Order: sequence, then structure tokens, then C-alpha cells
Amino acid sequence: MVFFFQNLINALQWGSFYAMIALGYSMVYSILMLFNFAHGDIFMVGAYIGFGVATGLVALSASGFLALPGWMILVLTILLSMFLTSFVGMIVERVGYRPLRDAPRASAAITGLMIGIMLETGNLILLGARRVSFPPLIESVTYNVGGVFVTNKKIMIVLVSLSFMLALHLFVQKTRYGMAMRAMAFDYVVVPLLGIPINTIARLTFAIGSALAAVAGILFGVAYPVLDPYMGIVFGWKAFVAAILGGRGSIMGATLAGFLMGFIEIFVAMVFPSTLRDLIAYSIILLILVFRPHGFFGEPYSARLRL
Amino acid sequence: MEEINDTHPSKKKGALGGLTSVFSGIPVLGWLLGALVAVILEHYLGDPLVDRIGLDKIPVLFGAVIILKKPLMIPGAAVFLLLIYVIPIAVVARAGKSFSNRLAGKLMEFPIAVPTLVHLGLLYGAIHIWSDVSAYRVLTLKLMFVAIMLTLSLNVINGYMGEFSCSHPGFMALGAYGASVFTVLLFSSDRLFGDPLLPEALGPFLFPVGLIFGGLIASLGALVIAIPSFRTRGDYLAIISLAFLFIVKSMIENLEFVGGPRGLSGQPNYANLPTVFIWAVLCVWIINNFVRSTLGKALNAVRDDEVAADAMTVNTRRTKMVAFMFAAFWAGVAGGLYAHVLRYVNPGTFGIQKLAEVLAMVYFGGLNSVYGSITGAVSLSLLGEALRPLEIFKWIIIPLLLILVMIFRPTGLIAFREFDVRKVMQPKSNSDDEV
Repeated sequence: MVFFFQNLINALQWGSFYAMIALGYSMVYSILMLFNFAHGDIFMVGAYIGFGVATGLVALSASGFLALPGWMILVLTILLSMFLTSFVGMIVERVGYRPLRDAPRASAAITGLMIGIMLETGNLILLGARRVSFPPLIESVTYNVGGVFVTNKKIMIVLVSLSFMLALHLFVQKTRYGMAMRAMAFDYVVVPLLGIPINTIARLTFAIGSALAAVAGILFGVAYPVLDPYMGIVFGWKAFVAAILGGRGSIMGATLAGFLMGFIEIFVAMVFPSTLRDLIAYSIILLILVFRPHGFFGEPYSARLRL
Repeated sequence: MEEINDTHPSKKKGALGGLTSVFSGIPVLGWLLGALVAVILEHYLGDPLVDRIGLDKIPVLFGAVIILKKPLMIPGAAVFLLLIYVIPIAVVARAGKSFSNRLAGKLMEFPIAVPTLVHLGLLYGAIHIWSDVSAYRVLTLKLMFVAIMLTLSLNVINGYMGEFSCSHPGFMALGAYGASVFTVLLFSSDRLFGDPLLPEALGPFLFPVGLIFGGLIASLGALVIAIPSFRTRGDYLAIISLAFLFIVKSMIENLEFVGGPRGLSGQPNYANLPTVFIWAVLCVWIINNFVRSTLGKALNAVRDDEVAADAMTVNTRRTKMVAFMFAAFWAGVAGGLYAHVLRYVNPGTFGIQKLAEVLAMVYFGGLNSVYGSITGAVSLSLLGEALRPLEIFKWIIIPLLLILVMIFRPTGLIAFREFDVRKVMQPKSNSDDEV
């Protein structure tokens, strides 16, 4: 039982990374019906921007010019990196997606993939093929709750990501921009007729998705402080699977499926040899999709949908 | 879609227009003869010429390495290219214009197989002599032919049937491992499988059986995707196929008897250039006939409107199933050849990167088009080799190029065009030249 709860905590942490990235996929999907295949690499870029900002702030703090406590640096890092990474997302939208909005959807998938490769390569050129380690910003404290070991980092990660998800939910449900997004997801053709600037909304969506990916990247850096240029591939594709599993364009579904993905991976590794993790995790997902082909919260398939 | 506009070159103005009108009425046969002369020239005169000009060795890939790495040698390389390739090809093609037109006309009077074989023979001759110069060229060509097969077979699903399948590297892996296990088990002594079971002399003859075996395994695997495709399509099918790819990769990593993550090596050297060439030609021929058949048209019907296709008596389930299994079969054969070209496979090869590569070739070349797939595979694999000296910057330039192609021609360079062998080989009539 203790073992189970221990893994539950790990799965919550692991799943929150997936959920945060899956949200970005899902949001873009819901309004543009396109998948942003560069999103995994935006997660990577976000983590690196976070690394840069955190290193800079730590140096600034060490020089005595602006003595900040660790948690303050973390908060500033998250906010600054969200801001900076959202520009990456907007550039991706402008370069790779806006020209292709009326093209076959697969073409936009290709530009997304290619932008992803360019981001990876650009990172390799700028920083070289070495891994960088994220500066330790907060002291790790371990609590023992009835035999289950919980670190403050894990609690922080789960809480921060849950609060960002809640904030996103409120934004989409309560604000005018959120309403515009929902309208665009509902009917793409009528929305411009109502005077809603679709380009602005699309840009905003990419910006928000990228900002969330940056948060995920920094939290990942806090938990596993080694970053490499290809980290976005593994996470990105798994989060993409989660976004689809949740149902097309459903924010709730993406969150749940992201956590489910984390749970499946952690618990498979708990029961079986860890080399079988991908095999079993993907087989479970395949089975879910065979029996529920439209995901958890998606609309059932109608033959009229076109690729 | 634009019409093919090669019959009125005189409309174009300027120097370029003049150049195109000089070279307009030359049939494919003429260009092939020119290429043959050029490669023969290179074979016999290449080395002395290289000494005279002051290059180290014959420019392997049309001087790409020299242009990017040693700018001082660019004039030499340019002279070499001009003397060996440009001038001989231009002169032979232009001077032999009426001859090749007449010859092509004569050939077309025979059954279609005869001119096809003549053209393919000339093409292979040129390629063979060209590749004789260095082993690097041979490897590049082999990988290029494998890429053509892969791209074509993916185009059947993604272009002709309009699904977004991500599972192609998975099919390829199944085929590669199927064929490798077949040949390694039967014909070579290996630490995993022990001594050969059959005499090695039989190997080259049974190699096609091995490839077909690999292809069949891949098409069995395709059932995993074909059956869910009855109920869903689009993004969910993309995920199912993606999951399939990861499952195959992870499964092979966990199978110790084929070497697990370390991979499988020791494939006998059966995939020489003629073998790969013949398989690639077979693949182009069969897939081209497939997509032009009734079943192939049914694929387009399913893509454009599944309900309407169903109403017009297209058996959509059978169509999807056949298309997936057919495409997977060729991907498996291509995988088997790939394994025997490199003589080593490991599961890591068949991942997302391979997927991005094949998808790029399909969408770069053009959807729904055999021409397009050949163009995409040839140009991207040659470009990949030519830009190799740029090292990492290669992965900035190639994606950038693809993004530009996608923005300006969203369906790819040559999309939605039928590949008609007869049209390709026909003599070209010109006003001042009788056919």
C-alpha cells in the first residue's frame, strides 16, 4: 500500500508534465484543427530559456546586486520564461501555420515537424551537444508521511501545474478572449463574420500553449535537472498522444489523459521490467482507442470529417 | 493543378527561352544516351582530367563537397563538371535528337515491355558506370532507391487514401527484421542463430523470398492499423499508427533473440546495386499499376468522401484493408533491402526521425503522384548527401526548404499527376523535325 502511494505521487508529478504539454496541443487543435508538431520542441526551448533566466538570476543574486531567495528566483524564472517562450510560439504560428491555414492539414503537420527539427538544431548550434544542468533553486526537503516519501519539489510541481490548469480553465470560460477561442473552436467560418480577429486569437492560443510548455519545461528542470536538445521529442510525442486520447480539442480531456499517461507509465514500470514500459503503455492506449476511437471527451467519428 | 506545358517552348522569351527551345524536342531516350556517354567519359577520362585540372579526385556528388568545403577548387570542379557532364550530355542529346526521336518511335511500335526495358537498361547502365567510381556513390544510390520505395508506399496511404499514417518506420522495421532473420538464420553464421542451415550458394536466389517474407510480416502488422481504421480516421488513426510505431520499436528492443536494443548484424551482402534497382523498379511498376486500377481509384473515392464512396458500391473496408496491407508490404520489402544494404539494423533506426524523413519526402515530392514520390525521394536523399559537409547546418537548410515548399505549394512539388510510362518514353515531335 505504501508502495502504491509512493508511485501515485510519482505518477502525479510525471503526469503533470504530460498534461501541461498536452494542453498546448489541445488548445491549438481546438481552434485551428491543426496539430502543432513543434510543441514538444517548444517545451524544450522553454526549459532552456528557463535555464538561461534562472542561471542569470542566480548569478545576479550571487553578485549581491539583487539578493533574492531561491523561491523568488523560481517564480521570476517561470514568469519571465513564460513571457519569452510565448514569443517562440507566436513566431511558429506566423511562420509555419498562418500561411497554411487553408492548405491540406497534413502540410501544416510537416511544417510543424520541420520547425521542431530547426529548433533542436538551432539549440545544438547555439549551445553545443552537451547537456546542461538546471541550477538548483529550492532546497529539497523530504517529508515522511506514513512511510511515503514526499519531497517539497513534487508537491510544488503538482500544485503549480494544477493551478496553471485551473487558471487556463478560468481564462477560457470567463474572459472575452476565452469566449472568442471557444467560438472559433465551435465554428471556424462564422467567427470572422462576427468581428473576431482570428489571427489575434490564433496567435494568443499559440502564445498561451507555449507559455504552459515553458512552465512544464522549468518544472521538469526543477525535478530532473538535466536538459538536452532532444528532450522535447519523447515528451512531445507522448503528450500529443495524450491530447488525442483526451478527445479532440478538449482541455479537460487533455489534462485527464496527460495524468493517465503518467499513471500508466509509472505503474507499468512498477509491475513489469522498465524496458517494457513503452510497449505496454502504448498497447493500452491502442486498446483504448480501438474501443473508444474518439477519445474520452471527443465527438464520435462521422465520416464527413476530412483530413 | 497546371497543365503540362512542354509543347510550346517558343512562347518563352530571352536567353533561357532560346536554350529551352534548343533542347525541347529531345526524348527521354536522348537524355539517357547523353548521360551514358557522360558517365563513360568520366569512367575513362575522369582521372587524367582530374590530374590536369588539379583536383584531388573525381567530384563524387557533382562537386557538392568541393563547393561547400574547398572554395579554392570551385573553378576546377566547374571545369570538370562542364567538360564531363554538361557539354557531353548537351552535345549528345542535341546532336542525336532526330536519331533518338526516330529510335524512340521505332521502339514504341513494339509491345510496351520492349521500350521500357531498353530505357531501364540504359538508365541502369548509366547509373552503374557512374557508381563504379566510388563506393560512396553506390551506397548513396542504394539508399536512394530504398527511399523511393518507402516514399511511394507511404504515398499510397497518405496521398492516395488521404489518411495520415505515422506507422511506416514500424512496417519498415518489421520487414527489415523479418528479412534479416530469414537470411541470417539460413545463410550466415551468427552468434545469435548459429551456423547457416542452407548452403550459402543458394542465398542470392532465396533473397527475394526473404524480402517477400519480411514484406508479408509487415503487412500482417498493418492489420493492427487497418482494422481500427474502419471506425475512425484522421487524427485518431494517426495516433493509432503512431502507437503502433512505438509498440513495434519497443517490442523489437525487448526481443533478445534478434539482439534487442543492440541490433542485428551479419546480414549477407546480397543487396547489390542491380538487386536494389530491380526491386525499386518493380515497386514503382506495381504501385503505379495499383493506383491506376479500379482499386486505386477507390482509394481516392474513400479519401474524398467516404459516405459517397460507400453509396457508389465501393467496399470501403476492403479498400482500406488492401491499401494498408499493400503499402506495408512494400515498406517491409524496402526495410529488408535497407537492412541488407547497411548490413546492420537496430530498433533505434526506426523511430520518429525516420518518420519525419519519410513524411518529408512524401510531402515534398507531392501527394497522390508517383512522379512526386520519386522526385521527393531522389531530391531529398541526394540533397541530404550533398549538404553533408555543412554538418549540423544541414538540418537547418533542409527543414527550411521544406517549409518553403509547403507554404508555396502545400500539396508538394508534383502533386496529383498520373505517371504514364508510355508518355514518358514517347518521341517528342517538333515543328522542324519529323518524328
